[in-house]
Amino acid sequence: MENYLVAMGVFAGLYALMALGLNVIWGLAGMVNLGLVGFFAIGAYASALLTVRLHWAVPFGLGAGIVIAAAAGIVVALITARLQGDYLAIVTLGFAEVIRLIAGNEIWLTNGTDGISAIPQPFRGVLSPAAFNLAALALVWVAVAGVGALFARLSGAPFGRVLRAIREDETVASVAGKRVLWFKLRAFALGAGVLGLAGGLYAHYVGYIAPDSFSALVTIYIVLALTAGGTGNMGGAVIGAVLVVVLTEGTRFMGQFLTALSPVQIASLREGLIGMLLIVVLHWRPQGIFAERAKVYAL
Amino acid sequence: MIDELLQLALAGVMDGAVLALPAIGFTVIYAVLRFANFAVASLATIGAYAGWMVNGGLGWPIAAALIAAFIAAGVVGVAGDAVALKPLRASGPLTAAIASVALTIVLENVVRFCFGNDPRGFDLPVYRDIRFGGLHVGPQQLQDAVAAAVAMAALFAFLGYTSLGRTMRAVADNRELAGLKGIDADRIAVLATFLGAGLAGFGGMLIGLDTQVDPLTGFRVMLSVFAAAVLGGLGSIPGAVAGALLIGVAEEFSTLVLDPTYRSAVGFAAILLVLSLRPRGLLGERAV
Repeated sequence: MENYLVAMGVFAGLYALMALGLNVIWGLAGMVNLGLVGFFAIGAYASALLTVRLHWAVPFGLGAGIVIAAAAGIVVALITARLQGDYLAIVTLGFAEVIRLIAGNEIWLTNGTDGISAIPQPFRGVLSPAAFNLAALALVWVAVAGVGALFARLSGAPFGRVLRAIREDETVASVAGKRVLWFKLRAFALGAGVLGLAGGLYAHYVGYIAPDSFSALVTIYIVLALTAGGTGNMGGAVIGAVLVVVLTEGTRFMGQFLTALSPVQIASLREGLIGMLLIVVLHWRPQGIFAERAKVYAL
Repeated sequence: MIDELLQLALAGVMDGAVLALPAIGFTVIYAVLRFANFAVASLATIGAYAGWMVNGGLGWPIAAALIAAFIAAGVVGVAGDAVALKPLRASGPLTAAIASVALTIVLENVVRFCFGNDPRGFDLPVYRDIRFGGLHVGPQQLQDAVAAAVAMAALFAFLGYTSLGRTMRAVADNRELAGLKGIDADRIAVLATFLGAGLAGFGGMLIGLDTQVDPLTGFRVMLSVFAAAVLGGLGSIPGAVAGALLIGVAEEFSTLVLDPTYRSAVGFAAILLVLSLRPRGLLGERAV
């Protein structure tokens, strides 16, 4: 049971990282990204493949995962720079599905739907399972704290203010002399890089990845985390992620009391509940439970 | 070689005609309600199951099953919209779009809860391909494409020649102006959702006839469907038809150089190409 709770803590940290990454792209810069699981997958696959096939050390694999995911973010941002709301939502949603399609079909590279197993898990052999879990927990939350602090600082810095200006009104921002595209690219690269880091950490924590790990449902989890926490607010993103893990795992225990149902029915009930929950949160507080407070600057 | 290309083009047009229905459904809802309703993915699945139950369970003919698919998806679409999406539209089109992704996951899991993951198939007789001039076509594909064409013709007749259809176009064109004329936009919104969801269900059943019926039947083709709607320009019905036919043909041609499993990525590549040249699609409206 303790191991289970620690593992949940690790997942909460990974979700928090993803929510932070999404928050820069969406919360600050206002670019919808329904394809965030695609960047998560890129980070996971990059790090897994480099460490398994080319025997890179794990930190380098993670670093490469961040860089490749960030590069993918720049490409997506460049392609979608002129697109607005709905079009951006569709294109990013499609991007994630294409990534999953590639992961499922390029068998020579990704091993297809069988996935990649035996991904190096540092210190797995030396540590007891409990100690390994605790070390992972510490590492992931250090990453969350680091990224969260960095982003909170960026958010208050001129960079963050420009992003918020772009979010509120792109034309005004560009009239004010801000190079909108350049800011959008950097925001997308930063966010995608953090999503890639979360993916790499996930791959090395679990030790196995497959295309199924990167379904649109993960995107819903993170959007739910960010919406619950309040878009634009770094602390809210982290709290939202913890709430999502508590809720998704809480529904796991519900299954024990529903003995009349088949496993497929219980799984569908859980997934369906998560979807319903997102709708309820959107109804209840579209601005999030911990909404970003509007800042008033003295002239 | 020419024969082979013609054959692929023919198959592409057949596929495109079927894809056009959910794409029109998506675009009709967008035209009137101004938000991307991703729930069409699961509504197509619901149509496929409704048709399968009527055809396989009650033993009614395919035509009756298609009507059942239309009505079932339409009713579920309207109900889902009323409960989950309508109250959110005030918070902006994106909030509603995100909620519709959640709604599609809820509906998919309702289907999974009721029917499980096992694939179901329609009980169809197997016919020999029809051949003409070196080309061949499966009777099933032909029948699906004809059914799709009939549904499209009915929709165009409705929009063009009935007063309700014209009212709907007026609301799509200019909501405020239509409101000034005393048109109840909310009622038209319900109608658009019913039509859009129904067409998605109708198309979903045709896809089920062609492949199989399972909780992901609709979701699997959604990349192509959204691509078709975006390619033609969101909110444009002729655009959705053109987009679907283009994507159907492009997907077939792609099999010459790509593994067939990448078919659905072709639509994605196509919209990236078109959107980078025309950010609002081929037949999309000008930026306001």
